[in-house]
Order: sequence, then C-alpha cells, then structure tokens
Amino acid sequence: MRLFSKLVLALLILVMFSTPLLYAQRRVELLGAGASFPAPLITAMADEYRDLTEGKVTVNYQSIGSGGGIRQFGEQTIMFGMSEAFLSDKIIRGIEQNTGGKAFNMPITLADVVVTYNIPGIDKGLIFNGEVLADIFLGKITHWNDRRIRNLNPDKNLPHLPIQVVHRSDGSGTTNLFTSYLTKVSKEWENDIGYATSVNWPTGIGANGNEGVAGIVMNTPGAIGYNSFAYALLNDLSYGYMLNISENVIPPSFDATSAAANIELPDDTRILFTNTPNPIGYPIAGFAWMLCYENMEQNKAISSKQEAEELIKFIVWTMTNGQNLSQQLGYAKLPSAAVERNYAMIRQMKWHGEPIGKNILEK
Amino acid sequence: MQHDNNKEITSLLKKQRPLIYRWLGDRIFSLFIFALGITVILCTVLMAIVLYSDGAPAINKFGFFGFLINKVWDPAIKIEFGAFPFIVGTLITSVASLAISFVPAIAVAIFTAEYSPRWLAHITDNLINLIAAVPSVIIGLWGIFVFAPWMRDTFYTNIYMWSMDNFPSLLPILGNPIGYGMATATLILAIMIIPYTTALTVDAFHKVPKEQREAAYALGATKWEVVKMAVIPYARGGILAGVMLSFGRAIGETMAVAMLIGNKNTLPFTILGPASTMPSVIVNEFREAVENLHLSSLIAVGFYLFIISLVVNLVAAYIQRRFSITGARTV
Repeated sequence: MRLFSKLVLALLILVMFSTPLLYAQRRVELLGAGASFPAPLITAMADEYRDLTEGKVTVNYQSIGSGGGIRQFGEQTIMFGMSEAFLSDKIIRGIEQNTGGKAFNMPITLADVVVTYNIPGIDKGLIFNGEVLADIFLGKITHWNDRRIRNLNPDKNLPHLPIQVVHRSDGSGTTNLFTSYLTKVSKEWENDIGYATSVNWPTGIGANGNEGVAGIVMNTPGAIGYNSFAYALLNDLSYGYMLNISENVIPPSFDATSAAANIELPDDTRILFTNTPNPIGYPIAGFAWMLCYENMEQNKAISSKQEAEELIKFIVWTMTNGQNLSQQLGYAKLPSAAVERNYAMIRQMKWHGEPIGKNILEK
Repeated sequence: MQHDNNKEITSLLKKQRPLIYRWLGDRIFSLFIFALGITVILCTVLMAIVLYSDGAPAINKFGFFGFLINKVWDPAIKIEFGAFPFIVGTLITSVASLAISFVPAIAVAIFTAEYSPRWLAHITDNLINLIAAVPSVIIGLWGIFVFAPWMRDTFYTNIYMWSMDNFPSLLPILGNPIGYGMATATLILAIMIIPYTTALTVDAFHKVPKEQREAAYALGATKWEVVKMAVIPYARGGILAGVMLSFGRAIGETMAVAMLIGNKNTLPFTILGPASTMPSVIVNEFREAVENLHLSSLIAVGFYLFIISLVVNLVAAYIQRRFSITGARTV
C-alpha cells in the first residue's frame, strides 16, 4: 500500500515537471550564454522583449563568462553566444569547416573601463595618458607626486603618497580591454605583459571582480585600480580622465565611448579599438559581441526555422529599439558604424540556403 | 500458546537465515545503501579521472613534474603555465593558519568542556559553530572592508615603519603592507578553521571515561593536572582528527582567500604582500579562460589539489589510528 502511494507521488511529480515542458513547445525560447559583463543588459532586453511579443519569445541568457560562451557556441549547445573577446581566426576556420559557413561576431553593446583611485583630498578628474598609466601599472611610477603625473595635472596638489596598484585577479573582459590599451600605448607592456583576460601582472595586488577592486581602492589611500564605467558611477568612485591619442582630455561618458567605436570598422567587426583614432573618443573602450552562425540550420541548438527567425528578429531588435535600454543600465549605445556592419552580417544568415536574415530585414 | 508457537517458528528459521534478513523491505534497503555507498566512491574516482583527462593537455605539454615545479604562470605572452607558486602559497597559508589556530582552538575546547558552567559552554559552543556556518564570501567581504584596513592601520604599517628604522634588511621579506596579502589571508583562514578543531576536540573530551578523571583526582591531581595527564592524552586521537579536518579545510578554502590574499601569481611571496593559492587561482581565472591551454592548466592545478587533499586525508587517517588510545577512537 505504502509502495503504491509512493508510486502515485512519483507520477504526480513527473507530471508537474513535464507540464511546463509541454507548454514550452508552443512558445519559443532563445537560449544564449556567455560574457557576464553584458548580462544585466541582455536580461533587461529579454524582459522587455518578452512583454513586446506578449510572452511568445523568451530569452534565456546564462552568464557563464566569455570563455564558456565561446566554448558552448562551438559545441552548439546554445543558439547565440556572447563574448568580450572576438572569435580567433582558428576558431572561425574550424567553424567554417564544420558548418560550411561563417561564424559572425556582432557587436551588441560597448564596454568602457575607467581608472579609479583613492587619493585623500582629490576628487574625480585626475588626468592620465597612456604612457603614465602603463608605467604606473608596470611599477615604474611609485608615488602620486611623480613629476610626470604632476605635469599632466598642474593645478592639482598631489601628495607624496605611495601608489598602490590594484588589478582584477579574476579573468575578465575588463582586464582584456585595459591591458589591450596599455599594450597599444607602451612598448614595454607589449613585450613583457601583453593583453588577455588575465595577465602576469608585474606589480600590485589582485582583487576579485569589479566589487573587489572597488572595495580595495575605497579602503586603501593611494590605491589606483580600474573598473567598468557604470560600476564607478554607481559606487561614486573617483575616476580619472584620459588624454587620448589626439591629445584631447576625454572625461568618460557614454557618448565618448560610442564615439570611440564610430570609426572605420572591418566587415567582420573583429577589432580592438582601444586607443581609438576618433579625436572625441574615449580610449579604453571595446565591443561585446554576440556570436551567431551564418548557416543557422547547422547549429544543433536551433531546431526549427521558426526558432531561427525569432532569434534574428530578437537580434535586430537589440540593435535598434533595444539600445534605448542601454544608458539607464550603464551601457553606451552602439554607434551607427557598428549597426551597419551588423545588418550586413544579418543579411547573410540562412536557413537551408533560404536568406531568412535578408527577408526579415526587408520587412 | 501463541508465544510458544512463535518460539518454535523462530528456532526453525534460525537454521536457514534469520527472518528479518529476508524481508523484502530489508533487501531493498541494503541494496539501496550499497548502491549509494558505491556511488560516493564512483564519484570520487570519476572526479579524479575527469580532472586528469581535462588537465592532460597541460600536464602532457609541461610534464607531470615540470608542471609541478614550473614557476611561470603567463596566460598572455608566453602562454606557459606552472603550479609551483600556487602550491607554495597553499602550503604556507594552510600550515601557518593551522599553527595559529591550534592553541586558541584547544583552549576554547578545554574551557567549554572542562571549566565553564554549562550555560556558558552552551553559548560559546554555539558561537564557535556559528563561525563555521558563516559563508566564506561573507567573511571575505568583512575582511576587505573591516579586517584588512584595520590590520593595516594597527599592525602592518607600524611593523613596516619599525623595521624600516631598525632592520631595513627585513623589508624585502615583509613586503607591501597594504593589508591585502598572505598575512591577512592566513589570519582569516585561522579564524575560519577554529570551529573544526574545537568541535572535534570537545567531542573527544566528552568521550573520556569518567573513571579516568576520577582516578586522576583520587591521586590528588589539580584540575589542570587532570586535563593535562588524563584528558588530553586520552583524547589525542580526536584532537588530531580535528586538526587534520581543519588542515583539509584550510587547503581547500577558496572564496575568502581569493578575496584577501592579493592574488599575485609570481614568486617570491612576502609575508605581508600578495600571494595566491591553488583554489584561489582556479576560482579567479576559470570563468574567462579563453585559451584552451589556460583552461586545461587550471584543471590540472585542480588535479594536483585533489592529490594533495587525498594525501593529507590518508596521512590523517594513519596518524589518527596510530595515536588513538583504544576505546577513545572518535569520529
């Protein structure tokens, strides 16, 4: 008798769990995963989009990191990936061999990194240039009243305080951007350290996450670190202004970040535009990319043409109306140069040879 | 009448197998328990296999011992990896935190088990256990915002200044007194592992037979002498078990250490300056390891960590068996 009631219970549980699955068949769930930096934006976009489609299209985005996003995209367990690093030539070649089509990197939003610091008596607005920043993070400039920092900030009264360098200890796109900037402005950095999501730091202490760096910077007089701009704004950290390659002082702002990307972009948008040539652009900024296949039927995670079409519609929406969510959440808007490139890529997307991307864009 | 009948049946069945072992429920239960037991062992073995096979690209590239003793960890330029700095960091922090926590942990155990009134023992016990219940990320946050700045202002800077005036040769060993480094991480670890040593020690003390104490008192021993001569020697198996459990915990502790140790991936480490450990480098770099060799190296670090933990546990089991007094075997 007892066994029987247990069986009934098990059956009930099974039914409970399978009901949502049965329902899900009628709706479309877009499955994505990858970088954690754009996750709040994608989640907000997903909510908005679900309301817009009256619950028909839900987006399930898992923030597992860029590395995981690229890997799962290659293993075809997700419909789209997200990454703060673009796909390497090797990965793209491999995908071309497997699917007979390209893998697209489509910029979906922008990341920007600001230098944050804690100097008693000095608010935001300390001016840095690339060389000085590189030498601070190389451990060659050790005090705040160093001549080279003073020269950039003649009106500031800088104390004789040792500089405490704080960097991210976890692998992150923020580190990738920041070190790519330092690589472009300093030969020594390029030769000895390089750029990646985590590097072999020559000096300083590592803190975990944006919150870890911010926490240590706030609690350590003399500290200098780097954070994403939105994080520095939200937490009221003192942040520096950058002297860009055109010798203009650029206070970090969403517009300056968008401007940084508004340059001549390659067709596949695979570019690190840190140290941007745009004279009004903020120099430590970069794209976060959405990853998609050209031949969508080849992606095992996409099971029907309907799903592929809904995915393209969602992507188009994120690049147009979806961008309006950006600034309130602390992200810069995509510049027109990037949107144009994205449209060109979407036009090439196919389902068994049928140009569904082109058809959707023309509607 | 019925009673007699029952007796007859039982004696009849005893010749084959006892009735209770033939009930269906009993059979299902033993099968269930057996399956669960096997699953645990299988999981451990599978874990080791997966760690090894996923770490194999790195281990094959740098060699089993080459990876162990390589001091370079560079994911950007050289794409070369070695676990040595992290092994050093792990061993130093865990041994040091064990050494720091040992005496206070035993003292608390002696106090609660032998000296304090029952109501107070109850409170201290609960408070100590509470430390074990606090998630390590919370302890890490507290460390970043309260403990590390306080240690820096009260001790590190003063020690640094003092040695600058008196022993300048000490400075390279002391390192940067910024507050986030090996010393802070070790102290936090010591606090975190105290409950484990204390809890097992208190248990061991409670298991010391009453006669043992009474015999010592009868010989005219003072309270301290009773603890020293009758209780501690009898409970040493349990104490060692607690110490080893703490050690294992210190080796594996991840989040609080990663938040406070300063995460420097190159030797040499200094006392106050940043360092890093095996779990901390894994938790730090795993998510965004784009390069395949980088990921595989992190998993290989995990594999070596697995081996180290295994060795510690085996040694612990051995020591405990060697030192336990028969009858006082605990846990």
